[in-house]
Amino acid sequence: MGEPIIQMRNIEKHFGSVIALAGVSLDVVAGECHCLLGDNGAGKSTFIKTMSGVHKPTKGEIFFEGKPLHFNRPRDAISAGIATVYQDLAMIPLMSVSRNFFMGNEPLKKIAGISFFDHEFANRVTMEEMRKMGINLRGPDQAVGTLSGGERQTVAIARAVHFGAKILILDEPTSALGVRQTANVLATVDRVRNEGIAVVFITHNVRHAMAVGDRYTVLNRGKTLGTAIRDEITPEELQDMMAGGQELAKLEGSLGGTV
Amino acid sequence: MANTAEAPGAPPQDERVKELSTFRKMMIRPELGAIAGTILVFLLFLSIARDTGMFSPEGIMTWSTVSAQFVIIAVGACLLMIAGEFDLSVGSMIGFAGIVIAITSVSWGWPVWMSIITAFILAMAIGALNGYLVIKTGLPSFIVTLAFLYILRGLTIFGAIFTTQKTIIGGVKDVAQGDWLAPLFGGTVFTGLFQWFADLGWIDTFSRGSRIGQPIVDGVPMLIIWAIILLIGGHILLTRTRFGNWIYASGGDAQAARYAGVPVNRVKITMFMFTAFCATVFATCQVMEFGSAAADRGLLKEFEAIISVVIGGALLTGGYGSVVGAALGALIFGVVQQGLFFAGVESSLFRVFLGIILLLAVILNTYIRRIITGEK
Ligand SMILES: Nc1ncnc2c1ncn2[C@@H]1O[C@H](COP(=O)(O)OP(=O)(O)OP(=O)(O)O)[C@@H](O)[C@H]1O
Ligand SMILES: [Mg+2]
Repeated sequence: MGEPIIQMRNIEKHFGSVIALAGVSLDVVAGECHCLLGDNGAGKSTFIKTMSGVHKPTKGEIFFEGKPLHFNRPRDAISAGIATVYQDLAMIPLMSVSRNFFMGNEPLKKIAGISFFDHEFANRVTMEEMRKMGINLRGPDQAVGTLSGGERQTVAIARAVHFGAKILILDEPTSALGVRQTANVLATVDRVRNEGIAVVFITHNVRHAMAVGDRYTVLNRGKTLGTAIRDEITPEELQDMMAGGQELAKLEGSLGGTV
Repeated sequence: MANTAEAPGAPPQDERVKELSTFRKMMIRPELGAIAGTILVFLLFLSIARDTGMFSPEGIMTWSTVSAQFVIIAVGACLLMIAGEFDLSVGSMIGFAGIVIAITSVSWGWPVWMSIITAFILAMAIGALNGYLVIKTGLPSFIVTLAFLYILRGLTIFGAIFTTQKTIIGGVKDVAQGDWLAPLFGGTVFTGLFQWFADLGWIDTFSRGSRIGQPIVDGVPMLIIWAIILLIGGHILLTRTRFGNWIYASGGDAQAARYAGVPVNRVKITMFMFTAFCATVFATCQVMEFGSAAADRGLLKEFEAIISVVIGGALLTGGYGSVVGAALGALIFGVVQQGLFFAGVESSLFRVFLGIILLLAVILNTYIRRIITGEK
């Protein structure tokens, strides 16, 4: 395995008296899909937000391509080549799909020395990228508010894939998707990984994790339970680790092994 | 993508999308309410006030000038509202900037250009302070700028009385003679063209007095030029630039915009400063035209600006709107105000009329916006 693109060491994040992260370490290598698992409230979203420049860690170090780095705002992370799909999607319903797609990364063209928003380019790329993900838009000027939840999620993913030059972070990207779109997203993750991009993939779904993951890190109450490599772990073990073992075994018995 | 149909997972033609007729596409736009209102208002006054001189060159110049005043402040209010904020201190800012110009130039003897630049700097600094306070405190801009509505008005009256013992300061015209900057606000342009129109007999000329032979309407006041520049500039900024995308994004959802790397705070503060800039343009034009400043100028202008913007299709909570719409809203405002005057209608009915137009336009706008944005 190659050099890690990003290394997170002993990251802590406190919100007032709440300790959301109590020392989490993780590294991501180019061309791998690193799955981040854990129960609700485990701290997964908080953790990736320290990677994407939304939160400043209370303690801990971040190394990006071997050098210590501090992101002061999301823009810093974006310009370093880190793109994120947030759990709450971060789309603006009143704005068109193409305006959302290029929000913060507007393509420019110069006319008489003045920079203008290149709508033609933005519209074309948006339509293309959405078609690749299996969504036919009415038009690039359609407002995001008129899309279904899954379609919005697909826009967010397509946007991140398009701009994720080095690292692509996906926080529960498949949670609202139908069968075909989920397959599409998993295939997309596989494709960008093969292109040498590092993917951080958060999910609750062990099957999705097993389908695309190379390594797995499980978070529990703000701590990591360690990182496992694909061939060293079974779905059942992963499932148990996520829920803290014991209770789920009991539950599973009463549910007839359907969880 | 020639083989779209074969691409795995890509749906073929979307049979669930009805082809929208070109007419419907043309109609479904944020400005529709304002366009309809404008047509309605012109039809109305063409029928009731045609013979009153409202549509003579002089009449046209009267309501154009009044409308241009509204346009200037509406463009600022529009961009700020789309960025998700209000400025209720616009009216007080107008009075403040005017008094600053008059005190510094007339009472203190500064060159007029320096007074004008000082007024712009002070007003925009206060605009920036408004924005800074809104962002740092997280309070609604409604409250913060309401405070400044009072603070600025009070300071303006106090400053005028303290330095001159009056609330109206005249004599600006005399000190502005020969100044290089003042004509940019108080002058008229295309005077040659209008003289030519007069010679052709299209415009009446004075038949008596010192200006005999000169056209009654001698040119286009700079106020109108400013309105046109701000309108076109504001429209291009909003729809055709990166910063425009940031304005929409900041007002649509500040958090989502921040996640995407949009410098939301900078955008909002800049828009507060732009609103202050527009208010100062208004104030300076007015001072140069009247030759005086009064501490009570600009009263209620903030509401007139906001009403124009809302008639123009902007969403009060931000993220959606049109500069062209806001300018049409301002035009409606000016035409109705002057038209009722020409038609000899009791002036108190102006407000009744305006209230009705506001209501109708907003109902239509809300309906249109729901179609466009899928809002519930
Ligand atoms: N801004 C905040 N202020 C205070 N507490 C926070 C904040 N953000 C997160 N927390 C707390 O930190 C903990 C971890 O939250 P986080 O969103 O990271 O969980 P998660 O693992 O992403 O859960 P889920 O699977 O439900 O998305 C939770 O207890 C949450 O209440
Ligand atoms: Mg989460």
